Amino acid sequence: MTIDQATVRKIASLARIAISDAEAAAMEGELNGILGWVEQLGEVDVTGVEPMTAVIPNRLRLRDDVIDADPLTGGNRRDDILANAPAPQHGFFGVPKVIE
Amino acid sequence: MTELTNLTVAQIRDGHRAGDFSAVEVAEAFNANVAGAKALNAFIVETPDHAIAAAKAADADRAAGTLKPLSGVPIGMKDLFATNGVQTTAASHMLEGFVPRYESTVSQKLWDAGCGMLGKLNLDQFAMGSSNETSYFGNVISPWKRNDGGNAALAPGGSSGGSSSAIAARLCPAATGTDTGGSIRQPAAFVGISGIKPTYGRCSRWGIVAFASSLDQAGPMARDVRDCAIMLENMAGFDPKDATSLNMAVPNWEAALSSDLKGKKVGIPKEYRLEGIDPDIDAMWDAGIAMLKDAGAEVVDISLPHTKYALPAYYIIAPAEASSNLARYDGVRYGLRDLPEKAGLQDMYAATRADGFGPEVKRRIMIGTYVLSAGFYDAYYTQAQKVRTLIARDFEQAFGVCDVILAPTAPSAAFGLGEKTADPLSMYLNDVFAVPASLAGLPAMSVPAALNREGLPLGLQIIGKAFDEQGVLNAGLAIEERAGFNARAEKWW
Repeated sequence: MTIDQATVRKIASLARIAISDAEAAAMEGELNGILGWVEQLGEVDVTGVEPMTAVIPNRLRLRDDVIDADPLTGGNRRDDILANAPAPQHGFFGVPKVIE
Repeated sequence: MTELTNLTVAQIRDGHRAGDFSAVEVAEAFNANVAGAKALNAFIVETPDHAIAAAKAADADRAAGTLKPLSGVPIGMKDLFATNGVQTTAASHMLEGFVPRYESTVSQKLWDAGCGMLGKLNLDQFAMGSSNETSYFGNVISPWKRNDGGNAALAPGGSSGGSSSAIAARLCPAATGTDTGGSIRQPAAFVGISGIKPTYGRCSRWGIVAFASSLDQAGPMARDVRDCAIMLENMAGFDPKDATSLNMAVPNWEAALSSDLKGKKVGIPKEYRLEGIDPDIDAMWDAGIAMLKDAGAEVVDISLPHTKYALPAYYIIAPAEASSNLARYDGVRYGLRDLPEKAGLQDMYAATRADGFGPEVKRRIMIGTYVLSAGFYDAYYTQAQKVRTLIARDFEQAFGVCDVILAPTAPSAAFGLGEKTADPLSMYLNDVFAVPASLAGLPAMSVPAALNREGLPLGLQIIGKAFDEQGVLNAGLAIEERAGFNARAEKWW
């Protein structure tokens, strides 16, 4: 299966990456090269094979259901969380206006 | 006295403990080497003050009789680990200026063990690359040169290329690396040092900038096997903050090191004999087989039939996970924001991500987005996950008849910068021997074994059963003792 430039632009839009026409043209070739190569996976007989989602069997744990169970990842860290925000405002993340 | 920067981690630890030198002297010596090696571009940020502060603490601890396991040892930290108060970029423009307010679990463990930090090491952007040519902060240069009289700049491997270059050039005795599809082992092989990727889950991923979460695993890089064991003991361990962290005790790998392989079986996978491969690689492999026999091991032929599908499966799974993980870079919460005039929220996302990600990162996000998109998910992603099951099964069956597997680390010695950048696929193929163990989550290490005809280092890879880092380290030690690899790059920087 090959993808065309319209598909490249569609993928870029889904991935929220702005691309120019020149970039889309270059990427068309690169992505087709890579996708053509991974296509060989189709020849593997996977009848009855389960997809692997976790490489080492490891049961997910539940932590105690208490507030701020871990002081590092718990609450009351607003200033730390906003410290690297590009445009914090009034103790919140700032974004461009989304509702007119 | 031997030059301090030529000492290994064990020698620094033991010499400091014995009072042969102070930790401050060691830190100053390494700081000076770091400051004098700008031409290698191995560091994104240098942190000489951190190294000196830890050294002073180590000297005080020695006086007080409260030495820690790694007191007095300064190390390099791959710039993929979040470090509290020190810029952490993943070598990207996206995270340029990002100063974490928290410390990754692995780096915290090393500081708690007494280590100091010489600086944050350069890498491929978001750990995506095999040559360190995708960093926003410029290429890392290997200290090695070919013996052809030319002056071609060589790749230090990737993604942990700052780590490999810095250790080989004696800018630090050891460093952290991370390995998603070979990013510890291949750079270690390219510069003639050792590196181990432990079993998936041994080291906490908390605070490591995520690339492909089902594959990412931290590990140490150092000049010899003992140092890797020492470092890994101080990096590994259960962490409740990482859902995939293994809740298992950390063995005393260093204490149990033994190069006596009597009763051990070493598997040689026939699928790793590639048609048309550099004869130096095969010769090194054969020499490695002889070394392990000499150490008492029995050699058995094994088959890993799905080997050829490992790379294509990896290049679906890793980009798929990356496209999901890197969705967090949106210009809102941290990192770069590019807000064109009159742009709305969606335009801001797209502009920020266009500006903040390099070409290889974009390529992988695009591939990942495509293989996860409606209509293609089963054909690509689910199929790749099924093939991953088969690859893991290959290893399980092989480990029914052998204890460790011996193979080359990479299909070539270090290549020149720019030689493989035109074609992404040719770069990907350099990880052909490294990726299968990553997909199966197995411990694997590279140890330097020989120089090729160009005078460049080649590495041998040992792959072990899950949780059997000891078996991997021991086989690595047996090779190290017999290969007697002591070549080092002549200083030109």
